[in-house]
Amino acid sequence: MKKRKKILGLTLAATLAAASFAGCSNSGNNSSSGSSTANTGNDGGKVTITNVSYDPTRELYQKYDELFEKYYKEKHGSEVEVVQSHGGSGKQARSVIEGSDADVVTLALEHDITLIEQAGLINSGWINEFDLDSSPYTSTIVFLVRKGNPKQIKDWDDLIRDGIEIINPDPKSSGGACWNFLASWKYALDKNGNDEDKAKEFVTKLYANVTVMDSGARGATTTFVENGQGDVLVAWENEAINSVAEYPDEYEIVTPSISILAQPSVAIVDANADKNGTQEVAKEYLEYLYTEDAQKIIGENGYRPTNEEILKSFSDKFDLNVTLCKIDDFGGWDAAYEKFFDDGAIFDEIYGN
Amino acid sequence: MEILDEKELKAKKRTKYILIAVSVIFIVFLLVLPLISIVVNSLKKGLDFYFSALSTEYVLSSLGVTLLATVIAVIVNTIFGVIAAWLLTKFTFRGQHVLSTLIDIPFSISPVIAGLAFIMTFGSLGWASGIIDSINNALGTNIRIVFAIPGVVLATIFVTFPFVSREIVPVLNSVGRDEEEAAALMGAKGFTIFRRVTFPHIKWALLYGVILCTARALGEFGAVSALSKTRGKTFTLPLEIDALYMSGSADSITAAFAASSLLVVIALIVLVLRNILEFGVLNKKKKKGKDR
Amino acid sequence: MALKRRAKQVRVIPGFRLTLGITIALLSLLILIPLASVLVYSFQLSPAEFWKLITAKNVLTAFGTSIVCSVIAALINAVFGLILAWVLVKYDFPGKRILDGLIELPFALPTAVAGITLSKMYSNTGFPGSFFSSIGIDVSYTHIGIVLALIFIGIPFTVRAVQPVLEKIDDQYEEAAYILGSSRTRTFWKVIFPELFPALLTGFGLALARGIGEYGSVIYISGNSAKNGTQVVSYVIMQKLERMDYASATAIALVLLIISFALLFVINIIQIRRAKRISLR
Repeated sequence: MKKRKKILGLTLAATLAAASFAGCSNSGNNSSSGSSTANTGNDGGKVTITNVSYDPTRELYQKYDELFEKYYKEKHGSEVEVVQSHGGSGKQARSVIEGSDADVVTLALEHDITLIEQAGLINSGWINEFDLDSSPYTSTIVFLVRKGNPKQIKDWDDLIRDGIEIINPDPKSSGGACWNFLASWKYALDKNGNDEDKAKEFVTKLYANVTVMDSGARGATTTFVENGQGDVLVAWENEAINSVAEYPDEYEIVTPSISILAQPSVAIVDANADKNGTQEVAKEYLEYLYTEDAQKIIGENGYRPTNEEILKSFSDKFDLNVTLCKIDDFGGWDAAYEKFFDDGAIFDEIYGN
Repeated sequence: MEILDEKELKAKKRTKYILIAVSVIFIVFLLVLPLISIVVNSLKKGLDFYFSALSTEYVLSSLGVTLLATVIAVIVNTIFGVIAAWLLTKFTFRGQHVLSTLIDIPFSISPVIAGLAFIMTFGSLGWASGIIDSINNALGTNIRIVFAIPGVVLATIFVTFPFVSREIVPVLNSVGRDEEEAAALMGAKGFTIFRRVTFPHIKWALLYGVILCTARALGEFGAVSALSKTRGKTFTLPLEIDALYMSGSADSITAAFAASSLLVVIALIVLVLRNILEFGVLNKKKKKGKDR
Repeated sequence: MALKRRAKQVRVIPGFRLTLGITIALLSLLILIPLASVLVYSFQLSPAEFWKLITAKNVLTAFGTSIVCSVIAALINAVFGLILAWVLVKYDFPGKRILDGLIELPFALPTAVAGITLSKMYSNTGFPGSFFSSIGIDVSYTHIGIVLALIFIGIPFTVRAVQPVLEKIDDQYEEAAYILGSSRTRTFWKVIFPELFPALLTGFGLALARGIGEYGSVIYISGNSAKNGTQVVSYVIMQKLERMDYASATAIALVLLIISFALLFVINIIQIRRAKRISLR
C-alpha cells in the first residue's frame, strides 16, 4: 500500500513536470516555426536576417530597413525581411554571446563586438571587413541645455563651476557613458598641458556636480527632459538632436570645443550567418549603409554620415568645427577600460567608489 | 449588541474613521496618484491616438505573449502552491524549514539573475543546450528555450513561483490540523479531505494568491527581458512598453503609457472577476453581520 | 521510540509522499537547477578574489543600502498592510471595493513604469514631490526614494497575507474576550494580533525579500550615486554584467541569496513554531 503510494507520488511528480515542460516545448514549437522563418534564412524565396542593435538606433534602422528591403527586392527580385532587436549595447552583445540568433550586430562600441569575437562567434579581422573601421556613421558627445542657456554653459570648464547640476550616466554601468568621461578627460588634458593629475582634479570636480547618475544614456535623458532635473545633460549628439526635435522650444544643443569621435561599429555574426545561410545578405545589408541614400537617412536621424559630401549637407545640424579626438588617443578600448573604468581604476578613484 | 455603551460605540467609530482615513491617504499617494499620472500621460494625444497606439501589431503580439505566459504560470503555480502548502502545513518532517525557505527564493533573487539562470541552463553557454540540440537533431524539430517563448514562460513561472503557496500557508497554519486528522481517522481519502475540509478554509487565500500571481506575471520585466529579444515575436507587454519608452520620441512615450494603461485595465478585469466570484459566494452564504 | 511514534501520529493525514515528491520535483526543475547553473559561475573566483570583491567599498555600501531600505520599507508595509487589511475586512464604507482592488496594481505595472512614474512625481518638479522638497525633504534620487519604491512594490504582500487570516478569525472570538471584560485595545493585542502575527510576518518577509533583490523600480528613482550610497545590490550586479563579468555578478548574487535565505529562514522558523503552538492549543 505504502509502496504503491510512493510510486504513485513519483509518477505524478514526473508527469506533472513532463506536462509543464511539454506545455513549454509545445509553445516552443509554435514560436520556432514562426521564428524559424526569422532565423533560418531562405524560406520560400524570402530571406530574413536579424539585426541586433542598441537603443538609440531604433528610428534609424526602422527607416533604413525599409530602404534596404526595397533596394534588395529591386536588385534580386526576392524579398528580404530585417528583424530588429534593441537594448543597451552591452546587454545586446551579451545576448548574442548567450545565444540570441543575430545575423548582424550594429552596436555602440567596438569593444562590445570584440567581446562577441572573443566568444568565437565573429571571425577576427571583422574591423577591416567594411570601410572606415566598419563604422558607417559616427556621433559625438554634446551638451543639452534648457532653452536660452540660462546657466551660460559653453564648454567643459563651465561644467565644473559651483552650483551647476549635471545629469550624466554612469560609466560603470553604461558603455556609452564612458565616452562622456573620455571626452571631458581629453579636454582637461589639453587644457593643462597633458598633466594627468590636473585632469583628475578636473573630472573629480565635474563628477562632483553630477546630481543624478542614471544607469544608461536613455535614463539620463528622461531624468533631464521628463523630470526636469539638472542644468545640463551630457549626451550623445544623436540623442540630443532627437530631444530638441521632440521639444523644439525647450532645449538647445551646445557643442563643446573638444569632444570625442564615437564610432558605432557593425559586423556580421559569422557563426550564426553561416548556420542560417545569410552571409551574403548580411554583407550586402551592412555594405549598403555606406551608399548615398543610406547616408542621407543616417544624417536625418542625427548620426554623422561618414560620407564627407553628405555630412557637409547637414552642416546646419552638426557643428563641424568641434575638435574630435579618437579612442586610439587613449590606446584603444581595452587600454581605456583598464586605465579608467575597471574596478579601482581612475573613475573609482575620482568618484569615491 | 446592547453590551456596547454609547461611549464605547463612539470610540469604536472614531477608530474606524481614523483607520479608513489613513488607508485612503496611503493608497491615494502611493497607488492612485501614479495611476492617474499614467492615465493622464496616456491620453495626452487624444483618444484616437490612444487606440491606434494600442492596436499596433507589436502591442497586440506582446499582449498575446503576456497572456499566454501569465495563464501557464498561474496554472503551474496554483497546482504547485496548493500541493506545497498542504505539505508544509499538514506534516512535520525534517528539513521542513529549509524546504519552505527554498520555495521563497524566487522572491529574493534579483530578476536580472533569474533571467540569467535559464540562459546559463538552456542557452548556448548552458549545460543543457547540448541536450536540446540532440533532441532537435533526433526529432528534426527546432525547439528553442531561451530567446523564445518557452524561456519567457519559464521566467514568468520563476518569478511568481511562491505566490500561491505563500498565501495559503498562513491560513492553514492558523487553522491547524485537527479537522483533517479527524477526517482521516474516520477513513476519508486524501482528495476528499482536501475538497471537503481544507478547501473551504483556503479558498479566499487561494484566490488572493492567484490574483497576486496573475498581477505579478503580467508586469514582470527584468527576468523576461534577459530571455526575450525580438519585438513583435517574443516580447511581452512590459517589454513592448520599455521599447516604446526607449524610442524616446514624444509619441512613443505616450504610446508606452497607453500600453501601460492596458496592463492596468487587465488588472481591473481580474479584479471585477474576483468581485463577481466573491459576490456570488457571499450571496450564497448566510449574510453575516459585518461592521459592528 | 517516543519520537518515532509522534512522527507517525502526525502523519495521520494522507498524501505526505505524494506532495513531497511533487513539491521537490517542481522546485528542483523550475527553480533550483537553473539557479545552480548560474551561481556556479561564482566559483570561477578564487576565495581571495571573492572576498576582495564582496568587501569592496561600493559592494558593501550597496548591500547596506539594499538591506536597510528594504527593512524600513517592509516595516512600513507591515504597519500599513495590517491597517489596510483590517479596514478592508472589518469595515464597510463606500469605495471599499475599489480600494481593495487597487492593492494588486503595483504588481501588474511593469517595475520600470512604476519607477519612472514615481521618480517623476516625487522629483522636486513633480506633484507631490515639489511640496515635499519645499519643506526640505527630497524624495527622488535619495534613500527616501528607494524606500518609497520598495513600499510601492511590497504593499500587496503584507495586505494579502494578513487579509485571509483576518477573514477567518471569528468575530465572536473578540466579542467574547470583550464581554469577558477585556478592553478593545487589549483584545486586539492579546487575542487578535497573536493570530495575525504569523501572517504579518510572512508578508513582512516577502516584502523584504522582494525589496532586497529589486531592480527595475529602484534604478530610476535612486539616482544610483556611489557617493551618496544610493546604489542597490541589483544595480551593482548589472554593472558587472555590463562588463560581461559573470563571475563577479553571480558572486554578488550568491551572497545576496545567502543573506535573504537566512532572513527568510528565520522568519519561516518563527512562523512554523507559532503555528505549532496554535495547533497544540
